[in-house]
Amino acid sequence: MATTVIPVGTRAALPAARGRAGFGGTLRSELTKIRSVRSTYWSLIALVVITIGISALFAYGHAQNFSQMPSFAQAHQRAQFISQATETSLFGLILGQLVIAVLGALTITSEYSTGMIRTSLSVMPRRGTWFAAKAVVFGAIALVVGTVTSFASYFVGQAILSTQHINSSIGQPGVLRAVIGGGLFVAACGLLSFGLGAVLRHTAGAITASIGLLFVVYILSGFLPNNWAVHVDKWIPFNAGGAIWENASGTSMFSPWTGFAVFCGYAAIALVAGLILFRRRDA
Amino acid sequence: MIEARGLTKRYGDTLAVDDLSFRVEPGKITGFLGPNGAGKTTTMRLILGLDHPTTGTVTVNGQPFERLAYPMREVGALLDAKAVHGGRSAYNHLLCLAETNNLPRRRVDEALALVGLNEVARKRSKGFSLGMGQRLGIAAALLGDPAILMFDEPVNGLDPEGILWIRNLMKALAAEGRTVFVSSHLMSEMEHTADHLLVIGRGRLISDCTVAEFIAANSRQSVRVRTPEPAALARVVTAAGGLVREDGDGLMTVQGLGVSQVGDLAFENSVRLHELAPAQASLEQAFMELTASSVQFHAGMPDERDLEPATAGEVA
Repeated sequence: MATTVIPVGTRAALPAARGRAGFGGTLRSELTKIRSVRSTYWSLIALVVITIGISALFAYGHAQNFSQMPSFAQAHQRAQFISQATETSLFGLILGQLVIAVLGALTITSEYSTGMIRTSLSVMPRRGTWFAAKAVVFGAIALVVGTVTSFASYFVGQAILSTQHINSSIGQPGVLRAVIGGGLFVAACGLLSFGLGAVLRHTAGAITASIGLLFVVYILSGFLPNNWAVHVDKWIPFNAGGAIWENASGTSMFSPWTGFAVFCGYAAIALVAGLILFRRRDA
Repeated sequence: MIEARGLTKRYGDTLAVDDLSFRVEPGKITGFLGPNGAGKTTTMRLILGLDHPTTGTVTVNGQPFERLAYPMREVGALLDAKAVHGGRSAYNHLLCLAETNNLPRRRVDEALALVGLNEVARKRSKGFSLGMGQRLGIAAALLGDPAILMFDEPVNGLDPEGILWIRNLMKALAAEGRTVFVSSHLMSEMEHTADHLLVIGRGRLISDCTVAEFIAANSRQSVRVRTPEPAALARVVTAAGGLVREDGDGLMTVQGLGVSQVGDLAFENSVRLHELAPAQASLEQAFMELTASSVQFHAGMPDERDLEPATAGEVA
């Protein structure tokens, strides 16, 4: 490479500037960013494979359990198995949520870990615009991939369950809502983690916090005494958000859309906190 | 034009930038000088809105940076060449920056060609050498064809070829009528490139003047003499109030007297001279003298630097 070439004529013929740099351009920029690094593809492939794989395994287990029952028990329990068919085939979301949480956190914390944030903000210093564009691009990708994953997971699971005729069908009441809800749940998990990433600015910290909130809190809630659990359980993020794709097990849970709204509320709190701190802090 | 008024930035107990007021005038290279830790980078971060000032304001073309309609068309900055996502190709890195300001895609190719990176455009920047990374940062700064360019220590760590390239680039950019605001902790670097100097130490503005004014104001002029009779000359010069240092081999450095005074003294006292010349004090010397009191971390700096050899300008 010729290194001592004296640059001449660096003046460019740019089209006349009209308007201002704003949301549209920043949206395209964030789309370019997210599609131009490998970690995006690895995370999304992991989301799809893990969610479908775990769901399929779970459906297979259910089908096996059912097939090994004596026929009188099968007759007795068939209706119950069918009522659980949808959530069984979506069960992989319990791990899928962790994968999207990692990508959500990385989307913002990688700006800090690489230092890219300083370059990003010195070309688009309007922080609110930048933050919104980034969240929208990530949220949209999480929603699309999450929805595809949820549908694929459902159909694979039902195919397995149908070998024992304990499957549900998409036309049954609540089933379509649950499957679409699986995609919405993935997007909301991702955005919750994105918000935590903006608050903590540190990849490991943000991922730990998200997994703690989504997964560990859920597990710990299982150890609560019963009389507490009745009041607390439905507010646990995973229970609230999961209400939309799980059959509400027990009367102490929120209805599907109420639960999901509560979960979106958590995500919104994280996002707003992240945005406020992001605007206020030095980059 | 960049204009700072009473700009102050405090991090906890540390006053990084202390009541800075200055203007970076259009169309020339302004060197921003100071020892490491003097607050140069912080000042640049404040200009770009990366940090919020504790008090004071800084504007670019009359507006705070974040209010500029198209920031990239007005200011191109290279603060840290490593501030990129290494997993992204050079092309995509520049593309994602260009898109924020609605710049045409072809501008990315032009900028890559300008810095000579078109052959590695599709490679991930992770594998780039320091010099290549620096070029990528410069390509990013040039994307929007801005009238103001800001470089923070652009030659740091570069090899001589890379340093020359950057120097030539800055001159070419200034020749095109652009404002170049460049920081350095090396005086010798600015001596050859800058028109104007802003010198800071411990966050405070020490000097705001042209390069020539800076030298004149901050270092005593000395005279370089060569004579076969050093003892005789030393005697008459000292008697006339001059300070003499013998550099050996008949070479002497005289301070406190002008060239004509030394010549006249020699003539009046019949001392033969073989050489008589004004010795230009280097910028490096002047800088060290000026900032000696404001260096944050002293590393055993000699106090008496007055009688440095006149050729010390070639340092670094």
